[in-house]
Amino acid sequence: MANDDAGSARNARAHPNAAAHSESLLLDDGAIRRALMRIAHEIVEKNEDLSRLYLVGIPNGGVPLAKQLAANLREIASVDALIGVLDTTLYRDDLVSSGARPRLRRTEMPSSVDERVVILVDDVASTGRTIRAAMDALMDFGRPRGVQVAALVDRGHRELPIKIDYVGKNVPTQRGDRVAMRGPDEALEVVLLRNAHAPAAKAKGAEGAA
Amino acid sequence: MMGRGLLGIEDLDRDDIEKILDTAIKMKEIGERDVKKVPTLRGRTIINLFFEPSTRTRTSFEIAGKRLSADVVNFSPSSSSLTKSESILDTAKTLDAMDPDAVVIRHKVSGVPKRIADELDAPVINAGDGAHEHPTQALLDMMTVLEEKGRLDGLTVTIIGDIAHSRVARSNIYGFRKMGAEVRVAGPPTMLPSCIESLGVKAFTSLREALDGADVVMALRIQTERLSGAAFPTVREYSSTFGLDRQKLRFAKDDAIVMHPGPVNRGVELSHDLTDRRPSVILDQVRNGVALRMAVLYLLAGRRKPAA
Repeated sequence: MANDDAGSARNARAHPNAAAHSESLLLDDGAIRRALMRIAHEIVEKNEDLSRLYLVGIPNGGVPLAKQLAANLREIASVDALIGVLDTTLYRDDLVSSGARPRLRRTEMPSSVDERVVILVDDVASTGRTIRAAMDALMDFGRPRGVQVAALVDRGHRELPIKIDYVGKNVPTQRGDRVAMRGPDEALEVVLLRNAHAPAAKAKGAEGAA
Repeated sequence: MMGRGLLGIEDLDRDDIEKILDTAIKMKEIGERDVKKVPTLRGRTIINLFFEPSTRTRTSFEIAGKRLSADVVNFSPSSSSLTKSESILDTAKTLDAMDPDAVVIRHKVSGVPKRIADELDAPVINAGDGAHEHPTQALLDMMTVLEEKGRLDGLTVTIIGDIAHSRVARSNIYGFRKMGAEVRVAGPPTMLPSCIESLGVKAFTSLREALDGADVVMALRIQTERLSGAAFPTVREYSSTFGLDRQKLRFAKDDAIVMHPGPVNRGVELSHDLTDRRPSVILDQVRNGVALRMAVLYLLAGRRKPAA
């Protein structure tokens, strides 16, 4: 799972084979804060009726980002956007017939999405499959007036016709790379992990979740 | 380690139980939605094979499967015509040919789900076999306690009733012990198996001693049909000695909760008043049962034997 980001990234660094990974910093805490502030301004610019905003974070990484975006919107436009958490696991398209099932994350949708403009917030966008799953999940909570997507990092390799409306940073990557966000318990940062020995060898499941 | 199926709590380790409970707690949110359905098991078939009549457990499994979008088929052969092991295996082979993704089995004879699981490619979930195990009941009980108390480790759980004939007691003993709780059993001597303490529990014939300091009190259903009056003189005597009411509950901790796997013989295992109101959590157990079974089906349905 690309989304069990923080823990795995930390483990990768602590692992004895950590030397096999090269790691480079994509965004530090300050860069993430600036990106989220810029995205908040873009949201204000793009949406006429800010009272309808509903920020929905996709766990784990999207949740603290949605909260920060909501705080930024309060600061710059005095808007109190609704905040939700939406786990996409049960809507994934790669729950194959054998093998271990991914762990579920919490879903907390405090109110219906009817007539709301929902902004799905994720840390890393890639294939578009998580966003597809999130849209399906969202429709089970009502009929939103519109759905937009914000991602801190867009690493490319889209496999579905999905557009990211708000991007913190576009990062060209190889397929076998991993992009992981750490935090929010410590300072937020986004890193690129590249396996030096087998750059293209990546489980399909992990790609699909990105 | 949890294998391909769920035959008993005895086979699980602490990590397995934690994973199932964590999944079930997340699943509960789906039951609170307006649209109570997710597409996870779309196109998968679950067969409920109940050789022994059971409306509650079967319905719970059926709702759980349907909330995950599985096709649920109920198959209830009359138990009288299917007690010989040959015909049970024939039934199993017939089912296997229908290519189910999970088979839920209840049978009055211990070990039948295991025997059928050996024949099937699909994972088998034991929904109660004889006096052996009823794993999903114990798991939903643990889930309910976890929600109420925030932990299982270090709690004292007292199980009252016909311990000797109870698969619910056995599964709960395994489960709560594995999760670090102290388990006590209480009942008339005729209902306490002599070797019960080998399972790591303390046995009591005095309800008062068994309840002293208990966090969780679980009353079992008295199976009058199973006992034919042999284990205790009268229902009334059982009720006055081991039936729980608010008076006797005072021996337990102030914040003790009361559980029952249902259906309650009102006025026998529990007083009317205790059946309907807190600290009893009987309806929470039922509610959690659906989420717990969703978790088990999510984790197991579709897992097949590795190709030979």
